[in-house]
Amino acid sequence: MRGLDEPLLDETDETVRVRFVVNGRKVACEVAPRDTLVDCLRDKLELTGTHAGCEMGACGACLVQLDGRAVHSCLIFAVQADGARIETIEGLTESGMLAELQAEFHRRNALQCGFCTSGMLINAHELLSQTTQPSRDEIRDALSGNYCRCTGYEAIVDAIEAVAKARSDGGGAT
Amino acid sequence: MKARAFSYFRAATIDQALDAHARAGDDARFIAGGQSLVPALSLRLQAPRLLIDITHIDDLRGVRREGGHLRIGALTRHCEMLSELLIAEFAPLLHAVAPFVAHPAIRNRGTFGGSIALADPASEFPAMTLALDAEIEIAGPSGRRRVRADDFFIDLFETALQPGELIIAVYVPLFKADQRFAFDELARRRGDYALVGCGMLATFAGDRVDDIRISFFSVGNTPTRVKGAEAILIGSRLDAGRIATAQGALEGDLAPPDSDEVPPAMRLHLARVLLGRLLGRLGEGA
Repeated sequence: MRGLDEPLLDETDETVRVRFVVNGRKVACEVAPRDTLVDCLRDKLELTGTHAGCEMGACGACLVQLDGRAVHSCLIFAVQADGARIETIEGLTESGMLAELQAEFHRRNALQCGFCTSGMLINAHELLSQTTQPSRDEIRDALSGNYCRCTGYEAIVDAIEAVAKARSDGGGAT
Repeated sequence: MKARAFSYFRAATIDQALDAHARAGDDARFIAGGQSLVPALSLRLQAPRLLIDITHIDDLRGVRREGGHLRIGALTRHCEMLSELLIAEFAPLLHAVAPFVAHPAIRNRGTFGGSIALADPASEFPAMTLALDAEIEIAGPSGRRRVRADDFFIDLFETALQPGELIIAVYVPLFKADQRFAFDELARRRGDYALVGCGMLATFAGDRVDDIRISFFSVGNTPTRVKGAEAILIGSRLDAGRIATAQGALEGDLAPPDSDEVPPAMRLHLARVLLGRLLGRLGEGA
C-alpha cells in the first residue's frame, strides 16, 4: 500500500501520465493535475466536438459519457478520470448511437450555432436510454442543465419527443 | 477560470487520505464528486496545495442495513438515491428528494457525503439529514466519531468537521410503517437553487401526529429545523386550524437573511405557503 510521496507536494505543475479508453481506443497523455478533462480532450486529444462553455458546470456544453454516464467534463480533472472509459460526441456519432437524434435535430432545425448541440445530444441520449416515453415536461427537466441561446428549446424538445415516439412506434428500434 | 496549480493524490484507503491531508499541513482538500469543489477551484475561491481523491476508497461506498439504520456510504452518488432499492424502501424521503438536486449530469457525479460536508444552505440533502434525525460518521486524525445532524450544521458552510476530517457514511433510521414524509421546494426554474425548500418526516398514532421533524433550507446560514411549528403539531390531528397555527409559528422559527432579490418577508411567506401545502399532503397520507 502506497501513501503520499512527500516530494509530490512540491511538484504542483509537473505533468503526470494518464490513460483512458476514449471512444473505444486506448490513449495516454501527459496532463498537469489542474487540467480539466474537457481541456485534455480538446487540446491534447484534438477531440473538439466537446465544447468548453461556462467551465463551471452550468451550461452543459461539455457533456461526455464517463463510464457510461453523462457528466460535465469541465467538472472533472483529467487525472481523476485516469483509467476511465470515455465516450465523446465523436465516438457516439461514429457508432451510430445518436443517428436518429441527429437526423431529427437536423430536420427540425433544433440547432443554430451548434455550440450546445453535442451536450444536448448526449443528455437526450441518456434520457431516452432511461425513459422510453418521456413527457415534454420530463424532457425539459432533463435538459434543465443545458443552455441553448439560439433556439428557445422548443425544436429541441420536439426532436427528442419525435425520436422517442418513433422508437416506440417502431417496436423499440435502437 | 482555471484552477491554481496543485498536486494530486489518489488515496486507496481512509488512512492514506487522512495521512496525506496531515502531511500537506492541512493545505489540502478531499475531492469526491467535485461538482461544487471544481467550480470553486476554477473560480479560485479555493486554492489548496494538494487535492486528495477519495473516490477509490471502498470503505466509503455502498448502502446497507445496520441494525435500525440504513448506512449510506459517503460516496453514494445522487443518481444512486434514485436507483438504489434499499434507499427507496428504507429512506424514501431521500429517494423523493433526489430529482430536485441539481441537473441529471450533476447527479451522476455528485456524492451524498460531499453534499453534507459542503453544507450549502440552499441544498436539499443536508436539510434532509435533519428531518431524518440522521447521524454522520466522521474519520479524522483523532479517530472516528458519530455526530447527530442536529449538532452538525454550525454556520454558513461551517460544520462539525474539523480540518483533516472526512465523512465516512450517514446513518438514517429505517423508515417505518407508521411514518409519512413530504418534500417540496419553490424555485424559479427546475434545477435552480430553491427560494425556499422543506422536507418533513412524521410518525403517526392513528390520525394524530406522534412525532414530527420539519427542516427548511434556503432560509438562512444553515438548514433549519422549525421546532416551534413541530411542537404545535405533536399530539394533534393535521386539521386546517392546527396547520394555520403551525404556519404562524414560522415567524419565530425562521429569520431569513436580508436580500434584495428575495426580501425576508417574501421568503417567510413562501415558507408558510410551503409548510401549509406539505402538512396538507401529510394529512392526506401522502
